[in-house]
Amino acid sequence: MIWLNIVIQGALVGGFYALFACGLSLMFGVLKVINLAHGDMAVVAGYAAVFLAPRLHLPELWSFLVVVPVFALVGYVVQRTLIQKSIDRDPFTTLLVTFGLSVVIENLLLEVYSANGQTVNIGSLIGRSWHPASIIYVSYVSLGVLAAAVLVLLALQLFLSKSGLGRMIRAVADDQEAAQLSGANYRHIFGIAAAIAFATVALAGIAYGMMTQFAPTSGGVNLLFAFEVVVIGGIGSLWGTLVGGIALGIAQQFGAHINLSYQILAGNILFLLVLAVRPQGLFGRKNAVS
Amino acid sequence: MSIALPPVAPRRSLVVRRSTHSPALTLVGALVLVILLTIAPWIVPAQFATTLTNFFILVIMATMWNLLAGYAGMVSIGQQAFVGLGAYATLYFALKGVNPFVTIPLSALVCAILAVPITYLLFRLRGGYFSIATWVVSDTALLIIGTIALLGGGTGRSVPGLQNLSPSETAHFSYLATWFVALIVVTGTYILLRSRMGLVLASIRDNEVAARSAGVNVRAARRTIFIVAAAGCGAAGAVLAISQPFVQPSNEFNLQWAAEMLFVSMIGGLGTIEGPIIGSIIFFALQQTLQQQGVWYLIIVGALAVAIALWLPRGLWGAFRARFHTELLPVGHWVDQLGDDD
Repeated sequence: MIWLNIVIQGALVGGFYALFACGLSLMFGVLKVINLAHGDMAVVAGYAAVFLAPRLHLPELWSFLVVVPVFALVGYVVQRTLIQKSIDRDPFTTLLVTFGLSVVIENLLLEVYSANGQTVNIGSLIGRSWHPASIIYVSYVSLGVLAAAVLVLLALQLFLSKSGLGRMIRAVADDQEAAQLSGANYRHIFGIAAAIAFATVALAGIAYGMMTQFAPTSGGVNLLFAFEVVVIGGIGSLWGTLVGGIALGIAQQFGAHINLSYQILAGNILFLLVLAVRPQGLFGRKNAVS
Repeated sequence: MSIALPPVAPRRSLVVRRSTHSPALTLVGALVLVILLTIAPWIVPAQFATTLTNFFILVIMATMWNLLAGYAGMVSIGQQAFVGLGAYATLYFALKGVNPFVTIPLSALVCAILAVPITYLLFRLRGGYFSIATWVVSDTALLIIGTIALLGGGTGRSVPGLQNLSPSETAHFSYLATWFVALIVVTGTYILLRSRMGLVLASIRDNEVAARSAGVNVRAARRTIFIVAAAGCGAAGAVLAISQPFVQPSNEFNLQWAAEMLFVSMIGGLGTIEGPIIGSIIFFALQQTLQQQGVWYLIIVGALAVAIALWLPRGLWGAFRARFHTELLPVGHWVDQLGDDD
């Protein structure tokens, strides 16, 4: 029963990791950009939900209705300005710029909101859970986040494979120059992809705030998890992201079961093992690794 | 691919120089600077000696980061792994009774040895994935060190073997140790880049595919540089541990080290030896001026680094060098034509 609980809790937290990682995966898949500020963007979304939503007389639970579209817009603008400018230089510059942004965002949040932990207040929902067996508790919030992750991945998959715009995004991702010759404005397409990625990151940031406390420094560790998820699942595979998230979640729960201080270490070790044994990840294609 | 040969030029003699001005001038200037910085702790206030120590720790780290990113194209955001491992190696040896100052080269060696297996894992990933993987390695090292009770676990432990020195003696000696390590690291980098390795790195930077086809072993060159940078950051960690003299996982493995290395290299100028030093001077000037205002110095330095990456990619020194055609520590070659008329 203990093992079943580890798997269930791991899968629940894994859903959150997958939600967090799909923006990172999309940005890399389409723009070939690793956004090192990804985790800090999510934290900004959390702060927006806590501090801006009440001003609009919106319950914090529903704050994503405002924050997510705003983030999509911000994503488009940031892509067309800062990120596009660094892509035009070289991939190397995108790393330097996004890492710089990450440190700037984190320290700005520290100056403005202090290092105190915050949570997205969702009232009594936080304590409720489904209790199917003796020691197994399935929190409604975690279940909701897992469902949201599956929905987002499903929607992304459908959007990319069925819609015209999705096809355009895939075309640009496969061969930017050929797509451009066929009339696609790749900068606009990049902007759309970044908008989607930012929207998912906002959703992930708010979900994180509902599940646990966050602080300005939460971005970094979550970026690490998201990145581990992408590599474990396989670079460029959306469903791999979900499997990778669940694998990482289970590994961490397993580590925590042995000793609470081994939680993150167990995840890191799973990551390093995958890197050593199957560097393309569980569902990945070979071309992402050298 | 065919190569269009230029029409045969009239016979001219070419002269290859390495510097734009007399090297003797640089040498004399460097000697004066070395002497001044060696006697510095006896002529400046004690508190300033500590600042100078921290300054040179940053110079060591930034020079190593610049070697990694500016010359070998590897953006590591996990170099704090080696800072921390170097600091903890020093703690370990000091606990075993070795004089802390003697542990500095030992700690550098430990980091170099640990770097070898790490490269075999990290080099499976490219670009940004390589970058974040370096961070995972650093995080893993932090978590493992934190479980070792002998090394103080998560709360840390002070470095033994320095108790018979007075505080001012500790400050002076750790300054001297840091300064000498910085001198060795900068001079070593200079010599390395003027050697065959410098040419190899320049060829990789300019065109990796062409370099490979000309017989350059790109992976081996990168591995060598990664190991050298690990050793340098390990030495920085060792002098950091001695100057504190207390080590704690969350401090020695702090991501802020990587941020500082990256920012000062970018501001000063990636791919120049002078760049990280100039960047470190600017960083310390800002930090000292703004230290009453919390972390604003880091925000300003970060924003400055982003702006420079976008609009001045060769950094301040790179821009200065391009404008005035001058170099203090030249590692390239200048080709001049002599006797145009015959």
